[in-house]
Amino acid sequence: MNKKQKTLLLRIIVAAVLFVPVYLISEGIVDVRLPRWVLFALFLVPYLTVGYDILRKAALGVKNKKVFDECFLMTVATVGAIALGEYGEGVAVMLLYQIGELFQSVAVGKSRRSISALMDIRPDYANREADDGSLEKVDPDEVEVGTVIVVQPGERVPIDGIVVEGSSALDTAALTGESRPSAVGVDDTVLSGSINLSGVLKVRTTAAFEESTASKILDLVENAAARKSKSETFISKFARIYTPIVCYGALALAVLPPLVLLITGADMTGVWRDWLLRACTFLVISCPCAVVISVPLSFFGGLGGASSRGILIKGSNYLETLAGITTVAFDKTGTITKGNFEVTAVHQNTMDEAELLELSALAECHSSHPISLSLLRAYGKAPDRSRVTDVEEISGHGVTATVDGRSVAVGNDRLMNRLGVAFNPCPHVGTILHVAVDGTYAGHIVIRDQLKDHAREAMAALQRMGVKRTVMLTGDRREVAADVAKEVGITDYRAELLPQDKVAAVEELLRDAKGLAFVGDGINDAPVLSRADIGIAMGALGSDAAIEAADVVLMDDDPVKIAQAMGISRKCIRIVKENIVFALGVKAVCLILSALGLANMWLAIGADVGVMILAVLNAIRCLFVKNI
Amino acid sequence: MKKTYKIDVDCANCANLMEEAAKGTPGVQDAVVSFMTLKMKVTFEDGADEAAVMAEVLKNCKKAEPDCEIYL
Repeated sequence: MNKKQKTLLLRIIVAAVLFVPVYLISEGIVDVRLPRWVLFALFLVPYLTVGYDILRKAALGVKNKKVFDECFLMTVATVGAIALGEYGEGVAVMLLYQIGELFQSVAVGKSRRSISALMDIRPDYANREADDGSLEKVDPDEVEVGTVIVVQPGERVPIDGIVVEGSSALDTAALTGESRPSAVGVDDTVLSGSINLSGVLKVRTTAAFEESTASKILDLVENAAARKSKSETFISKFARIYTPIVCYGALALAVLPPLVLLITGADMTGVWRDWLLRACTFLVISCPCAVVISVPLSFFGGLGGASSRGILIKGSNYLETLAGITTVAFDKTGTITKGNFEVTAVHQNTMDEAELLELSALAECHSSHPISLSLLRAYGKAPDRSRVTDVEEISGHGVTATVDGRSVAVGNDRLMNRLGVAFNPCPHVGTILHVAVDGTYAGHIVIRDQLKDHAREAMAALQRMGVKRTVMLTGDRREVAADVAKEVGITDYRAELLPQDKVAAVEELLRDAKGLAFVGDGINDAPVLSRADIGIAMGALGSDAAIEAADVVLMDDDPVKIAQAMGISRKCIRIVKENIVFALGVKAVCLILSALGLANMWLAIGADVGVMILAVLNAIRCLFVKNI
Repeated sequence: MKKTYKIDVDCANCANLMEEAAKGTPGVQDAVVSFMTLKMKVTFEDGADEAAVMAEVLKNCKKAEPDCEIYL
């Protein structure tokens, strides 16, 4: 509890201690006869002790022409009750209202802290090595790109970089939600925010602090709460119009029925007092805090809970969209498959196998495309880049280059068609790289990607979530796509797409899907990510473009997280709806009861505080996402 | 020009009031208050004097919600 809360707690205790004996006396439970004015004075002490700030705020509100807030409601209701001689009720309402406020403030503070703790990956300092080998602690902001920093066991990696010396195990749980430590050694990339567990690491930084992963994630998470969901906007609008309506309603309740009775000439004894009291009760019930507090708290909890699982959601509005997803489109490589290609066969036409592989590996040696890397791996030797000139990458087709003075083209069917080279179709399932040397067909290389371990499981999980349609989009051959789709259980696929076709495919899906998510690995699919209702980038650590373009970022590359993200969103939205329906429902019933004179002040404040406490407790459940 | 400020406020509805007040201040193009992170993100209009605008924002917020604070 902070200082403010402690003071409030003290005031509540003091007021309660003062209030109870006086209340017992006034109700005649303790048989002491006191004059009415003494009783009034005795009640006034706890009332002012516990409620003076509410009265002050209400007065300031009136002065600033901003009436109609909760303080105003409470002030009018309690002052009204006391003026009508219901001293005990008036004080009790104020007391219970403040207990509710205190509870709410503590609960919110607590969840705010526990969520911040989940996301606390901000490094405080970096160890820079001075010339004499000693370490100096500096502000990570001051470390320039390319500086060598030292990360000791137990410390957090402050800035992204590459290990130049040492090896260790890193705890990346704060980044990915993955609790198993990952081993790193020389030349491995380390990301800021992970914790060094065992050995001393020397790291050459590759980014400035504010460009590092930890800063980016913190920025994203902190801004997430600022993107308000429809429900949040609805609630704040609702509160704005609701409070004045209730105030006028209470006024009408106090004046109209007695007037009607007066006109009809009924017996007026006690009628004014009765209706005024009903109006005060009406005001107490109408306090909107339960919904106003619990809805943003639920969303905040949902965002925090998701990020503790390595799922970063960029705003509460995306939680809402995510919960309503019915169709999920995937980019194949990097989301369903590992992007870890392996050469499985070489079918030569004219030259021998090794030469074919060598020529194509050399032609592709400048590319960082996963396919090129797999060729280089199969080639096995370090490529002599000086033998390669005139490299041209044709997106969606392949590569052409001059190797040892011979023109080499490596690519798919489209490239061969484009170059006018006749090729042999291959019966093998896999990605086929045709090779043409000096304009004649030389043979092809079959490459296969590996499925991700959890790909099947992920599709099953999505189906359980009620996703009706899963579509795989790929630039790969139809046969490969069909094979992969069948193996992991994807309902639909679009193959042989050029990068620009993917946007068109997503647009077509958007036409007949309600709630379309697109999942990509963030490489080359930024336009598609932003076109879909929800763009999910996975394994996106370190890929800036993906973090920019996506609405949801999965920190590791486990596709099961997609269904988890949906599960978390659904839970959160369900809780929000429960709270809105429950709180407004109870209020509506109590308002009607009070208008009919069936509810007294005790019931009113009990309903108000009780509903608020239950709603806040329910909202806090959003944080618990372990079993989703 | 965007800037984020730490704030202190007691209730969610009060945070909404602050947001309204900040939005209505001349020189402020947009303002978002997050009660959960206790932060106010202000987008200034081009050429606005931040310090002067924020002093005005604080004044308006205090009017809307006497118990609030913006750490400038």
